[in-house]
Amino acid sequence: MFNETVLKEIDGIKAQYPERRSALLPSLYIAQREFGWLSDEAMQHVAKTLNLPEAEVRGAASFYSMFRHKPAGRHVIQLCTNVSCMILGAEKLVDFIAGKYGVQPNSTSPDGRFSLVIMECIGACGTAPAMLVNTDFYDSLSENRIEEILGKYK
Amino acid sequence: MENILLKNIDNANSADINEYVKTGGYSAMSKALGMQPKDIIDEIKKSGLRGRGGAGFPTGMKWSFAVADTKFPKYLICNADEGEPGTFKDRPILEKNPHLLIEGMSISGYALGSEYGYVYLRGEYPHAKDVLNRAISEAYEKNYLGDNILGKGIKFHLAVYQGAGAYICGEETALIESIEGKKGQPRNKPPFPVNVGAWSMPTIVNNVETLSNVPYIVAAGGDAYSKIGSRDCPGPKLFSVSGCVEKPGVYELPMGTSLRDIIYKHAGGIRNGKKLKAVIPGGISTPVLPADGIDCAMDFVSMSRAGSLLGSGAVIVMDESVCMVKVAYRAMKFFEHESCGKCVPCREGTDWLRKILERIENGKGKEGDIELLLDVAGIITGKTFCPLGDGAAGVVTGMLRHFRKEFEEHIKQGKCTLQ
Ligand SMILES: Cc1cc2nc3c(=O)[nH]c(=O)nc-3n(C[C@H](O)[C@H](O)[C@H](O)COP(=O)(O)O)c2cc1C
Ligand code: SF4
Ligand code: FES
Repeated sequence: MFNETVLKEIDGIKAQYPERRSALLPSLYIAQREFGWLSDEAMQHVAKTLNLPEAEVRGAASFYSMFRHKPAGRHVIQLCTNVSCMILGAEKLVDFIAGKYGVQPNSTSPDGRFSLVIMECIGACGTAPAMLVNTDFYDSLSENRIEEILGKYK
Repeated sequence: MENILLKNIDNANSADINEYVKTGGYSAMSKALGMQPKDIIDEIKKSGLRGRGGAGFPTGMKWSFAVADTKFPKYLICNADEGEPGTFKDRPILEKNPHLLIEGMSISGYALGSEYGYVYLRGEYPHAKDVLNRAISEAYEKNYLGDNILGKGIKFHLAVYQGAGAYICGEETALIESIEGKKGQPRNKPPFPVNVGAWSMPTIVNNVETLSNVPYIVAAGGDAYSKIGSRDCPGPKLFSVSGCVEKPGVYELPMGTSLRDIIYKHAGGIRNGKKLKAVIPGGISTPVLPADGIDCAMDFVSMSRAGSLLGSGAVIVMDESVCMVKVAYRAMKFFEHESCGKCVPCREGTDWLRKILERIENGKGKEGDIELLLDVAGIITGKTFCPLGDGAAGVVTGMLRHFRKEFEEHIKQGKCTLQ
């Protein structure tokens, strides 16, 4: 179950909205932060904490692409391949990352270091191609720059 | 034109409340709190401001509908979902000028009789979330938000709600479902959110850029504002320019600036001495224009006359080396992925369109595929629950209107002749 600090955090979120159900997405984020991904157990905790049917929690959790339903690597690379990034070479970067770090799109590398997620536009089209590593933004990407950046994530 | 929305963003501390106040920030709010709410709405109407989220609905009119509804509480939601691919215009406001948005929302809340505001922020903007939360606490500390704003007994509270990576949640009724803690699937309209919105109460949803115009309109007056840019859709407009240009970026220009000037005068023209081939003028959901179609004014009215849409003002520039089949295919993968699945023409139609485009792209296109694409697009158009489906169909028909030959060549030769 969630610890006291987390329960307090969720209470604080509930207080910002007229109905407790609004705390569902924030709580799923918190569960993902605490457990690393949304396991059945994590979703049950959320359902209990918010007093919502488990089916509702699962429904919402599966609808939104930022919630993970399997364990992720230590670092999550979210690389955009939408049109502005694509025309500046994002697809080659996918191949580069796959080759160099052994991580295919939408999976995790065997050493557990990286997960690679293909994104739909992350609002950095003016400095494309772009990616997020965990919550850090990087843009104007090239193979060299990616190597340099990912080197910092052990 | 002096910057109104991106004022001061070159200053490294522009997000700090003291910097904002130093350059005149929150003075519009003092003025607004001395006015009657009705008079503020009149100024917004006079200004001619139209929503910057894509549809261009007159803001003053939307506000009047909300005020006419006598149910309370009313909610004010800022749409900061910014999901339309090619769009990155709200981000500089959120990350570098957050107090402009907070001031705009606080004034709007007073005008609308709303005491609770939310910023629905896309999940992919973690930095904006931190900046905004810090700015909100600063505004509470200085009494620009809270239960007794500037000691005038006026109440307005503001919180950030973080989305979780669903493009459809940019659509206002899906956004409302999402903030209520549900799957983000659009609702039937009517009733409109101004009458039955979040938690079944009157709810005003406006884009970040729309709300950020409010302080200037209050300070300078609606008449002065209405003289900027195009006559029937005035004001400054943020254009996000990306793709094959020398100087991509966000440009604040008068509404109605020509697409040619945006590309050549402001964004420095085409990179590497190449030739312009095509432009998507308003984000990926808007129909493509060919190189000779860029002599049009970028505003809501002129762009629909030019055969496309202003959308979010996201200009994606493509040079002669870019394959249109590939662009159409990538765009359709996006729509298929983001279709919320609520209605059949969109859910099945985007899947079909993607499959056909995929085989053409992979050199496996068949004779009759172009007719099939147009047929499926025709089945989607006008028959979907929300505009996402129409957008997807319009992308295909727009591409085939201007670049049909390229699709035919792809099918005939079984490969791309550009790469
Ligand atoms: C599929 C879809 C996605 C949308 N995405 C956004 C968005 O990311 N940001 C936004 O402000 N409006 C978006 N809109 C428009 C909103 O539904 C709504 O019209 C807008 O937020 C109203 O604000 P405005 O009047 O200030 O433009 C979207 C609409 C549709 C149909
Ligand atoms: S048009 Fe598409 S996104 Fe809109 S409601 Fe229908 S299925 Fe959902
Ligand atoms: S298209 Fe890649 S960040 Fe927008």
